[in-house]
Amino acid sequence: MELAIAHETIARWQFGITTVYHFLFVPLTISLAAVVAGLETAWVRTNKEKYFHATKFWGKLFLINIAMGVVTGIVQEFQFGMNWSDYSRFVGDIFGAPLAMEALIAFFFESTFIGLWIFGWDKLPKKLHCACIWMVALGTVLSAYFILAANSWMQHPVGYSIDPATRKARLTDIGAVLFQNTTLTVVAHTLTAAFLTGAAFIVGIASFHLWKAKRRPETADPKKTAAMRTSLRLGLVLAVVFGLGTALSGDSLAKVMFEQQPMKMAAAEALWDTQSPAPFSVFAVGDVGKGHNSVELEVPGILSFLAHSDFSSSVPGVNDTAAAEAARYGGDPKSYIPSIFVTYWGFRLMIGFGMTSFVAGVVGLWTTRKKLFLRPEFRTGETEVPRLMLTPKRELGPSLTAWSWRIGILTMGFPLIANSFGWIFTEMGRQPWAVFGLMTTASAVSPNVSTGTQIGALTTFTLLYAVLAVVEVRLLVKYAKAGPVVTEQPPAVDPSLRGPSTGDDADKPLAFAY
Amino acid sequence: MQLHDVWFVLIAVLWIGYFFLEGFDFGIGILTKPLARDTAERRVLINTIGPVWDGNEVWLLTAGGATFAAFPDWYATLFSGFYIPLLVILVCLIVRGVAFEYRAKRPEPRWQRNWEEAIFWTSLIPAFLWGVVFADIVRGVDIDAHKNYVGGFWDLLNPYALLGGLVTLSLFTFHGAVFAALKTVGGIRERARTAALRAGVVTAVLALVFLVWTQGHSGNGRSLAALVVAVLALAGALVANQLGREGWAFVLSGATVVAAVAMLFLALFPNVMPSTLNDGWSLTVTNAASSPYTLKLMTVVAAVFTPLVLLYQGWTYWVFRKRIGVQHIPAGH
Repeated sequence: MELAIAHETIARWQFGITTVYHFLFVPLTISLAAVVAGLETAWVRTNKEKYFHATKFWGKLFLINIAMGVVTGIVQEFQFGMNWSDYSRFVGDIFGAPLAMEALIAFFFESTFIGLWIFGWDKLPKKLHCACIWMVALGTVLSAYFILAANSWMQHPVGYSIDPATRKARLTDIGAVLFQNTTLTVVAHTLTAAFLTGAAFIVGIASFHLWKAKRRPETADPKKTAAMRTSLRLGLVLAVVFGLGTALSGDSLAKVMFEQQPMKMAAAEALWDTQSPAPFSVFAVGDVGKGHNSVELEVPGILSFLAHSDFSSSVPGVNDTAAAEAARYGGDPKSYIPSIFVTYWGFRLMIGFGMTSFVAGVVGLWTTRKKLFLRPEFRTGETEVPRLMLTPKRELGPSLTAWSWRIGILTMGFPLIANSFGWIFTEMGRQPWAVFGLMTTASAVSPNVSTGTQIGALTTFTLLYAVLAVVEVRLLVKYAKAGPVVTEQPPAVDPSLRGPSTGDDADKPLAFAY
Repeated sequence: MQLHDVWFVLIAVLWIGYFFLEGFDFGIGILTKPLARDTAERRVLINTIGPVWDGNEVWLLTAGGATFAAFPDWYATLFSGFYIPLLVILVCLIVRGVAFEYRAKRPEPRWQRNWEEAIFWTSLIPAFLWGVVFADIVRGVDIDAHKNYVGGFWDLLNPYALLGGLVTLSLFTFHGAVFAALKTVGGIRERARTAALRAGVVTAVLALVFLVWTQGHSGNGRSLAALVVAVLALAGALVANQLGREGWAFVLSGATVVAAVAMLFLALFPNVMPSTLNDGWSLTVTNAASSPYTLKLMTVVAAVFTPLVLLYQGWTYWVFRKRIGVQHIPAGH
């Protein structure tokens, strides 16, 4: 028994580490693909150089990032079989379907068109080349959709029956799996959060360049400034739109979760006993042994509102939910309580970090405005660093200006932190279940894999991922700091599909390739 | 033909597609060491597969996902049982993907040399290990009544499986050399042909022993037919390579991969993972399969999307159909 627990723990650590790490790259990939596609479209339509430079610049950062997202994704697919073989046997009928669909429908798309995009700059006509990155963007979104459908089934199993002979889950309705409200709200929340992540990333890097250009105008290149200024505004708009979207979808998701996994939400709030009306906890120190909080700070009625859109309804607490689950599935009520500390703080850090970026977006959008509510003498041109304007006539003072730009840079990773805590919260909040109400995590692990092998794998992945993280971050920093290469020019002649195969042209170096 | 038989064929097709496509890009990775004389030539080789290797690798992910969906027990037994070789393959594929993408991202020679070193090893090791894994699947391993692999790691490295590993290693190297000859110009093209001849001869000897051994151990009429096709295709590929018919040589080296892998699957059917402990504990297309509903659903999905995938992947190969040489490599890369 001792050994069985260690077994599960190691497999869970591996899953946690590889998943959180993988998900550092996924949201950036999803959002940057669409941003690059949008910028390239702007370039194709307007022929403005700044859009070309911005496309190439964000494209490079996107490629550095997607490389890691892709390779770490392979581990995600195979570790179910490696570490969780009993889980795979039990749910393969259902869980495998969206995974296979992801590979066949989304991943093929993404990986084929990314090759065409990277190497196709002087092979494909402009518009077709631009269409390729849109295909990549579509692929990333579809990919996310199928994976989230699979995960949502673990959160809230639907469209299945249990085979009486084999005791395994059997798929009965794929529509229910793909379109249940859990899937749809999770997809909405994850995708909006992904775009918020990209927005903060873009705002941070653009702020870095613009702030540098502001401090050392003598070394600033107007073309770089133009590309970064456009990027900054784009990033800010995305932060506001998708920040709002993240909050709204998060609210819907919370309502779904109050209904489907009351324990997770009670744990998220450290709400030990059922209350009506229920308060929202701002700060709490829980005491798991006794089943109550020793210190807490609350806002009355808000939790009732979050759960059911009114200020007075009853919200079930941890102790009552645990008792109800124990009555239904047997065993000790305490075994149905997830880590309150992790879920409580994970939930708060997710919201806190995510919403900070939204607020930064709102403030930034206002202070960097070009024309609206702004006196003509304060307006800046396309190639200038925007002044930070508070009112139509009043510019921020030097120290506030400095801090505003720095905040732009400092908050660039905030949504990444929020995403990680979001996943830790949602996955750990489901414990002890692997599939809610159907299969516990303890019974899901591979029975035949030795603890030594697992420790070896866990160590291997952790070390490998750590080394790759260093390599990746250094590359990102190098390219982000260098800024757009404004000497880079698009192919002089729009390449035709027949290929430039005459005379000297055939031996011309390929400008855009590895 | 019942649905689980259809899915056995489809999964075989996915693995065959994977080995056909990633086979030559593993080969290119291995050849970066013996074939390329300098950085520019290594880059030429890498660029021949640059636009396509990522798409090729998805065939593996699809094969894995399809096995999960269509034969959950096969997926569970295979991946938990062959944990260590698969872990090593995963690590290689991770490093390999990053190496392709990051190699040219810094100009320092040391940085590029390190990634090139990585490309060589992370192509060579999986090329070998996939052969080991498939040989073990066909040969049968210690599977208990609960469908779990109960043998140890060293049991997987038996002589038959090690020979299987050498066969895939040499076959993929041959396939890659033929591809290099087809996709390059200049000195590297000539040397690729010589390399193809050498790798082809080695492959012919190893593959003949391995395939005949397989036929004797678990073969049947259909697998014998595939064996004959594999041998003929390999001989044809060698002849075409000597005649300088590079397109035909590639088609035939590809046909060798297709026929050899098909032979393994034909020898396997109707088992998917035979048990050496008790025949009754073997995993078969019936006892490892998903429910008919899932199989039907996945059949529809595969019928719609597989042709689409073939279409746009084929188009990629057409867009990048031109041969490349060192003159196409920008200075300083």
